[in-house]
Amino acid sequence: MTFHREVYKSIKDIPRQEYLAGGTGMCAGCGGLLALRLLHKALGPNVVFVNAAGCLTLLAVFPFTPFHSSWLYTAMASAPAGAQGVRDALDILIEKGRLPATDDLKVVVVTGDGAAHGIGLQSTLAAVHRGLDFYYLCYDNEAFANTGFQMSPASPHGSRTGTTPVTAATSVGTATAKQDLFQLWRAQQPAFLATVSPAYPLDLMDKVARAGRARGPKLFIGLAACPPGWGVEPADSAQVAKLAVDTGVWPLKETHDGELVHTIRPRHFRPVEDYLRGQARYRHLFEPVRQEGVLHRLQAEVDRYWAEADLNTQTPNPRLAVHH
Amino acid sequence: MTRELLTGNAAAAWGARLAEVDYVPVYPITPQTEVIETLAQWTSSGELKARLVTMDSEHSMLTAAGAAAATGARVFTASSSQGLVYGFEMLYTIAGWRVPLVLLNVSRALSAPITLEPDHNDVLAARDCGFLQIHAESCQEVLDSVLMAYRLAEQRDVQLPIIVNLDGFYLSFTREPVEVPCVDAVREFLPARKPLHGFSASHALAQGVAVLGGTGYSFFKYQMQRAAEAALAVHDAVTGEFCHHFGRCYGAVEGFRLDDADWVIVMSNSFSTVGKEEVIRLRAEGEKVGLLRLRLIRPFPSQEIEWLLGGRRGVAVIDQNISVGKGGILFGEVASALRARTAPPLLSFIGGLGGRRFRGREFDLVMSALHAAENTGGSSEPTLLYSEAEYVQVMDMLRVAHRLPDTHQA
Repeated sequence: MTFHREVYKSIKDIPRQEYLAGGTGMCAGCGGLLALRLLHKALGPNVVFVNAAGCLTLLAVFPFTPFHSSWLYTAMASAPAGAQGVRDALDILIEKGRLPATDDLKVVVVTGDGAAHGIGLQSTLAAVHRGLDFYYLCYDNEAFANTGFQMSPASPHGSRTGTTPVTAATSVGTATAKQDLFQLWRAQQPAFLATVSPAYPLDLMDKVARAGRARGPKLFIGLAACPPGWGVEPADSAQVAKLAVDTGVWPLKETHDGELVHTIRPRHFRPVEDYLRGQARYRHLFEPVRQEGVLHRLQAEVDRYWAEADLNTQTPNPRLAVHH
Repeated sequence: MTRELLTGNAAAAWGARLAEVDYVPVYPITPQTEVIETLAQWTSSGELKARLVTMDSEHSMLTAAGAAAATGARVFTASSSQGLVYGFEMLYTIAGWRVPLVLLNVSRALSAPITLEPDHNDVLAARDCGFLQIHAESCQEVLDSVLMAYRLAEQRDVQLPIIVNLDGFYLSFTREPVEVPCVDAVREFLPARKPLHGFSASHALAQGVAVLGGTGYSFFKYQMQRAAEAALAVHDAVTGEFCHHFGRCYGAVEGFRLDDADWVIVMSNSFSTVGKEEVIRLRAEGEKVGLLRLRLIRPFPSQEIEWLLGGRRGVAVIDQNISVGKGGILFGEVASALRARTAPPLLSFIGGLGGRRFRGREFDLVMSALHAAENTGGSSEPTLLYSEAEYVQVMDMLRVAHRLPDTHQA
């Protein structure tokens, strides 16, 4: 099944207008910043970002802000609760005539995977449960990157972080599997839920634009290459992000009205190794000796994911398919 | 204006209703729940045109409260004890945002051991965060303080959030006659909030941004200190206006039989009522004693306290809290307000922890200690009030806990 974009069909559809000024304090090649820039283009200028502690918190450092829009840094655990307060206050003030309706804003949570997967998960699920009308971008660099790259629940099996070092006794690095935030969120049936990648800007922006048609929680997880943490050159950030999609490691998908759709399905999957090999956080899987077991597991997980995905998209009743 | 029998919790809810708050994020905790249930009833029926949202924790509740206030709404919220300390991070954050809102705290002692009845370790833990604090003695004062709190917090030179404190159980669940002013009179005293700034399409605003280094950080913290200092004079003006509108007058502190008193007992919150009864009894027995009730805890009215206590023959601070390893928190605060030249002998007593009631004759003990201290100068060591009967009672419980035979049988 091929997915057809509706709003952003060609690169020419992307507005030239920038809402995020350059020269921020982010690391060169930050994938999270790239995702945010594209998200903002799709949302337009009337936005208030509600931020949880993480890398992007350092976007607004007194007396500077790179945004033409508004910004509220809250704390690590409770950005969705901050979004609730802002959304509700805007609604009430407009309802009571104390603020003109033209002053309304889109409320957007911006948070890293460290906050989204753990300390901020409760407040996120609660906001989704309440049906809060907001956007939520988790820029997923697969670790607590702002504090120097320690393991988060989003860190993949086999990746090296500051708290899952590679030693003789712990040759795999991170032993746990990446927590499936998409499925955790999906259980609550948010109005719109998608994974995105800055390497696929049309896919990202089209999802944001279509999500805007729905009221309620609109949640996005963007894989965000982290050059210093992943050990890649800043110039290769977008290329690594593209490899994550082309190897099938980072599926681009969305769900609304209960239906799961893969918006981009690589015609020919490249081997997962192609994605891993270029990143220093996986170097121990290749040298001094190849860790065949770990490499096999990572490839097998991707294969199994897509086998199930194809099964579910090709047959209307997956339970029947099991008996074939 | 109507006169009704209201609990402290209901009086607080009436305060929020009369302030015509826009937004009430909530999370239940004993003994605060009656406040939010009452408000939920009114927001559901339309008697209060506000949005009430049940959050997932006090941390989220305070975040939503602060964010809504930063957007421009008038916000009321309420918590207690564990809830207050669970949301503690956000107290500093909201205060740093310089957003006015009212947080009601229904005092309850902190775990462990987990318990229900009040002391003030919860609210006094929040004394350094930038929230202003008013501590109420009666149900009437709870309602009145909520109204005055909005005026104080929203004043241009202040712009700080504020906690109104009442004791759990002793005040939260006690019905007292309360005059409920009519909404028109309240509107005259407390018009709708006019926010200095907020988030909107026509005015972009970056709020809560990081500062790097001590220069910027110190500046913003010093600004908060200056605002809190300014709040002292604003408080006097606001209470004066309230007195003019409604005939009930409050100060930063309340003096009871203080004018000719040689001896002063310092207390706060609802147990002050007990202290006042004891003052009346001791006066009848010939002791020239008065009571100073601390009402405005932040900003702390040091000068007024120094003026009221300086030159007395002796002062005893009875703290319903304990800073473990130090003693009474308010004792330290009062001591810091006094100046060596005029400072009277100052004594520290701890009582009322976890709602413990004062036992008969404990104020006699305070008085005899004050008389003795006139010669010795007193000591800053706290006296921990506890009775023989209580000790026996707890020893019995310990025997049960350890499955030991009763001493009467052994």
